[in-house]
Amino acid sequence: MTEPNAPLVGLQNITKRFVKSLDLTTKLINLVGGNYREEVVQAVDDVSFTIGEGEVVGLVGESGCGKSTIGRMVAGILEPTAGAIQYRGEDLLSLPKAKRRSVSLKSQMIFQDPFASLNPRMRVRDIIGEAPVAHKIVSSDELDDYLDEVMNLCGLEPGFKRRYAHQFSGGQRQRIGIARALAVKPDFLICDEAVAALDVSIQAQILNLFMDLRKELGLTYLLISHDLGVVEHLSDRVVIMYLGRLVEVATAEDLFRDPNHPYTKALLEEVPRIDNRRRNFAPVKGEIPSPIDPPSGCYFHPRCPHATERCKTEAPVLKEIGPGRLSACHLNDATG
Amino acid sequence: MAATLSVENLNTTFFTKAGEVKAVDGVSFEVDKGKILGLVGESGSGKTVTGFSILGLVDPPGRIVNGRILFGGEDLVQLSEESMRHIRGKRISTVFQDPMMTLNPVLRIDTQMIEALLAHEKMTGDAARQRARDALGQVGIPSPDERLKAYPHQFSGGMRQRVAIAIALLHRPELIIADEPTTALDVTIQAQILFEVQALCRESNTAMIWITHDLSVVAGLADDICVMYAGRLVETGTVDGVLDNPLHPYTRGLIGSVPSRNTRGRPLNQIPGMTPSMLSLPKGCAFRTRCAVADGACEEQPEITAPIDGRGVRCFHPHMDNPQ
Repeated sequence: MTEPNAPLVGLQNITKRFVKSLDLTTKLINLVGGNYREEVVQAVDDVSFTIGEGEVVGLVGESGCGKSTIGRMVAGILEPTAGAIQYRGEDLLSLPKAKRRSVSLKSQMIFQDPFASLNPRMRVRDIIGEAPVAHKIVSSDELDDYLDEVMNLCGLEPGFKRRYAHQFSGGQRQRIGIARALAVKPDFLICDEAVAALDVSIQAQILNLFMDLRKELGLTYLLISHDLGVVEHLSDRVVIMYLGRLVEVATAEDLFRDPNHPYTKALLEEVPRIDNRRRNFAPVKGEIPSPIDPPSGCYFHPRCPHATERCKTEAPVLKEIGPGRLSACHLNDATG
Repeated sequence: MAATLSVENLNTTFFTKAGEVKAVDGVSFEVDKGKILGLVGESGSGKTVTGFSILGLVDPPGRIVNGRILFGGEDLVQLSEESMRHIRGKRISTVFQDPMMTLNPVLRIDTQMIEALLAHEKMTGDAARQRARDALGQVGIPSPDERLKAYPHQFSGGMRQRVAIAIALLHRPELIIADEPTTALDVTIQAQILFEVQALCRESNTAMIWITHDLSVVAGLADDICVMYAGRLVETGTVDGVLDNPLHPYTRGLIGSVPSRNTRGRPLNQIPGMTPSMLSLPKGCAFRTRCAVADGACEEQPEITAPIDGRGVRCFHPHMDNPQ
């Protein structure tokens, strides 16, 4: 795939399985002839993509598709079961612990819920200031000036730093979360549904803040969202996931102008838009299958209007279908 | 023909320790048979309290202090709690945002549906089961006979919301109040539910109030829109009218800040400032502190005017494309 810039982050064949192991009771029952098995969820299944320096990559999918799990693995909160994550060419997972910590510090995460992600017992100055002092980015003497600088950058009034999180509105709280992430001078922000909980007018303010920060600090973003409008507006490239697998990767322009995968098409058609009036909805049939028991072949085939026999048995691989475009669909073979 | 529901100058106030909160302040609108009204507003705009007021579900310290809610020739505000119980769930039903909160987790679906039926109608258990089964089928739940015997946790989020809608449909109500019913759902599932709701309203001629913060959902679904800000209606009209030619600066700001309305990569249009606290609203027009066209006149409270036929706007300086 052609990259506009050198990749900052690379994911190679990342897989994450969550296993619910048997407890003592079920093990005992199995001893006397019970038939309990471990439940395995393949949350992320052999996913590879790269994020270029200064690029904004949108990661889109519905509940249970593994988008947040990927975000957490990239941020270093979760360990992948298999595969490699590279940061500026270094293999993150094989680095010695101390080195890994300093590298991981450059990736920071912003969470969805501005209520749950801030400690209610801490003052804003501690929420934002704890990490930069601990990581010796600033000394405690200089902390006050540093906080003023970071808070101003995020559109927060520095005079409020002795307040607690509950004294702020949802939008302000999300700004505190962003300030906390920026306080350790990251290069890379992972925004996991960072504007989903906000009102439309506040959402626009936060999205503008993201764009300003990108310009000012040269940040790279992984934007995890189910909201295609937000992704279309901010992203350079878009990655679409379904049930743990990548289904399509393309530049935002290509993807929104001419989606290739039937799932991407369905998503784009069904997202309510302000310019679509009293239309007759013609939704994709069926539910999102459970990741515990995914369908055979292509995971989308039970809901796909174009599914063939081949789709039921053979999982399509992600193939290049154009410059910088990948799609995992058998239909592309048929049309050449 | 009289409208199914007509709300006139509704005022619901919460008398809290910190002061009086006028959560709903002089709201009036009508919904006709078979029509869907989108009630749009951000958090704290009073849209949910409006729905609760119609259902008679406002609890102390809140109280309806003024106004009339006319439904089938009766004023619901004046009705006793006993008479309201005969209307609520039977002639007016409701669907909430979180179906897990609506459904009782320890009861099977059939128990809950049959209970709801027998609460309002004398019928045999078999007839009730049949009705429940039909209602599940109506909202697109496959193999309704088996699903009746399931517990709520055995359903996915979308299916649970369908069950909640099926329960709302059981008594073939004249009015359904739906409060953000698809907000928690995925895009493809949301589209399925919107599709079914739209078809059901058309077929059964049910009136519906769809409460949401999402203008895009209303655009595809509703016939008319009411936009609320800080407890007051600021703009009303048909979907096309309001969305194509918004008159109120707040509505213009809301529509302008939707990402798909903006050029990619350019800063989004944003409404400055934040929603004011309901305890300390600015004097006069509540939006004036965030408004670009506000002036001295806005320190008085504007009334709803109709600069265009069929439209209402609460603003001294409505945006007119062709000023007369």
